Amino acid sequence: MSDLLAARSQMAVSLAFHIIFAIIGIAMPVLMVIAERRWQRTRDPVYLDLAKRWSRGTAILFAVGAVSGTVLSFELGLLWPRFMELAGPLIGMPFSLEGFAFFTEAIFLGVYLYGWDKVSPRAHLTAGILVAVSGALSGIFVVIANAWMNTPTGYVMVDGVMRGVDPIAAMLTPAAFPQALHMTLAAYAATGLGVAGIHALLLLKNRTNAFNRAALAIGLLVGAPAAILQPISGDLAARYVAHWQPAKLAAMESVYKTQAGAPLKVIPGVEIPYALSLLAFHDPNAVVKGLDSVPRDQWPNVGLVHFSFNLMVLLGTYMAVVSVWAAWLALRKRDLFTHRRLLWALVIAAPCGFIATEAGWMVTELGRQPWIIYGILKTADAVTPMPGLIVPFTAITLLYCALGAIVGWLLYRQIVRSPQT
Amino acid sequence: MLLLSHSVAGIILIALTAYVLLGGADFGGGIWDLLADGPRKGRQRDLVARAIGPVWEANHVWLILAMVLLFTCFPRAFARIAIALHVPLTLMLIGIVLRGSAFVFHVYGGGGGRVFAIASLVTPVLLGMCVGAVASGAIGSAAGIPGETFYAVYVAPWLTSFSIAVGLLTLTCFAYLAAVYLTLETTDPELQADFRQRALFSGVWLLMMAGLAFALAPHRNVLDHRLGVLMGVAALAAFGALWQRRYRLARIAAAGQVALILWGWGVAQYPYMLPPDLTIAGAAAPKITLEVVLIAIGVGAIVLFPSLYYLFRVFKGKQEAFGSESPVP
Repeated sequence: MSDLLAARSQMAVSLAFHIIFAIIGIAMPVLMVIAERRWQRTRDPVYLDLAKRWSRGTAILFAVGAVSGTVLSFELGLLWPRFMELAGPLIGMPFSLEGFAFFTEAIFLGVYLYGWDKVSPRAHLTAGILVAVSGALSGIFVVIANAWMNTPTGYVMVDGVMRGVDPIAAMLTPAAFPQALHMTLAAYAATGLGVAGIHALLLLKNRTNAFNRAALAIGLLVGAPAAILQPISGDLAARYVAHWQPAKLAAMESVYKTQAGAPLKVIPGVEIPYALSLLAFHDPNAVVKGLDSVPRDQWPNVGLVHFSFNLMVLLGTYMAVVSVWAAWLALRKRDLFTHRRLLWALVIAAPCGFIATEAGWMVTELGRQPWIIYGILKTADAVTPMPGLIVPFTAITLLYCALGAIVGWLLYRQIVRSPQT
Repeated sequence: MLLLSHSVAGIILIALTAYVLLGGADFGGGIWDLLADGPRKGRQRDLVARAIGPVWEANHVWLILAMVLLFTCFPRAFARIAIALHVPLTLMLIGIVLRGSAFVFHVYGGGGGRVFAIASLVTPVLLGMCVGAVASGAIGSAAGIPGETFYAVYVAPWLTSFSIAVGLLTLTCFAYLAAVYLTLETTDPELQADFRQRALFSGVWLLMMAGLAFALAPHRNVLDHRLGVLMGVAALAAFGALWQRRYRLARIAAAGQVALILWGWGVAQYPYMLPPDLTIAGAAAPKITLEVVLIAIGVGAIVLFPSLYYLFRVFKGKQEAFGSESPVP
């Protein structure tokens, strides 16, 4: 394994691990706050139990998210020092704001987790709301930094050196809005439906459990709207990619030849005429740039990007369909909790959001290659000169495998084993 | 520009000071968990867990903030540090991950108390060794010279007797701070006495390690005399207050003592960020970045400080009678 590949693999493992904890850390506080609010309004102890159990789960996940996020903030420099040297002054702004948002999140999470008996109920709920808001903000700021790598702005290139640096313009980079929206919705959709799916499974075993009913309802309340909105934000994101990163779009859709009225390849052999031009540019006759417009040495890994993209779209579509179905049943006042087919559909949806999120990051990161800053700096030129990178890659991978296993076991003990009421 | 870059460098030093005084004490708590001893072993450990629980994550963010400000405002320095100190920083990160996750696993009944304690012991040494490598001037010019061996470029800068001494000094500082703070975390006189004894003991170790680091320092003019006098005053005040069981005063004096050590480092290498050749101004990002970041820090501070005040008032205010709180939420 070359040092470059080891560094990329270490970054991939670190991101893939952290992202799970990050999105749960963004969305779980919303679920906790809803449960606590319902407890305060109804005094139904099921909701208090739920809020407390979820907050215990969140405590574990947040801590692992916080430390794995620290690893990433160092790894940006440890693995890609040339990138940080160049990009630091430009993407430091969202990272600095993220620092403060994360501070707020950590402070009020401390109040929330340990303050049940120490602060007033109103202050406690407010702390939870602040955790939810600052968690979402902190995620958005990090995604903005990533967006800049896709559509770098806020500088002028003079003889290979960045001049006229403008950190505000860098923050307002075109990819910022679609990426941040897509990722935030992903966090709510994945976590909400993940929770709903777990409790759907438990309801299939014991359909009268009030605890699981309450949990399923709140999970759907958060997850379903996000899952239904996600395809719309995905469409927006794809149009930005089509405009700003044609090579990435070409890889996503595996378009080799530049063509007008491009068809959409659904599965090998099945094509919908004009559909890709329609989707990417909202014009059936628009020209979609193919990989032939990009020099061969600047192609991303087409097979992997295309596969990841299709996987994400497939899973996202499934989640949206199940969410619409659940919403439709709820509107017709049907009892969701005994609807076996819906419960099974939700069980299947539980891991989908997390897999789709990973696949989506594969698309955006692999699709940008060979660039670390699109069109400006190649990943190969940014890597640290230190040899032997396979060693830290192996160490981090083993560490995260062990942590993942322990977290899974702890969560099983803390949350899944529901009270037998 | 000079004023601007020095202001941001000053803020980074303040953030590092906050990390050492707050986050450092959380690591110190882990060290006392490891060294828990005597008939009150279990209660000592419970006290540590209860003291760290609500605040360690917030305290940890100071390190992230310092790091983010460093790479935003001094990207050249960050890149050099990241290359030359790759090995100890990666080990430190593994320590940070193990400490944090083992602590929550431990609190939520998943075991891992031992890992938490050992990681709390090892991580501060690595952090101190990185600081020592910077202070010794080994990062300034050594990084990335082609043709040198791996050891010469990536190990030798931080594996020196001086940086090991700074690592041990960091460890004793953290243990000392934690012991002093823990005397105020309980109203139980027996536990107070345990940690008073530990504070005095680690205070002596701290002085010895500080002397050792000073003796091994590669440059003679490392300590500003006025700061040296202040450190001596703070150390004496802390010992005196501990002796007389005036724990609030001891907390202030001990924190001051450790902060002065850190600032002594800052003053010693001023105006260099990475001695011997990279100055603060020379490593700085473009002016506009520094300006925008300073504004962001100002706005962030308006949110941050009241929130921090609230957190510490809720959890570190006057303690209720012993036994009224459970260590696990």
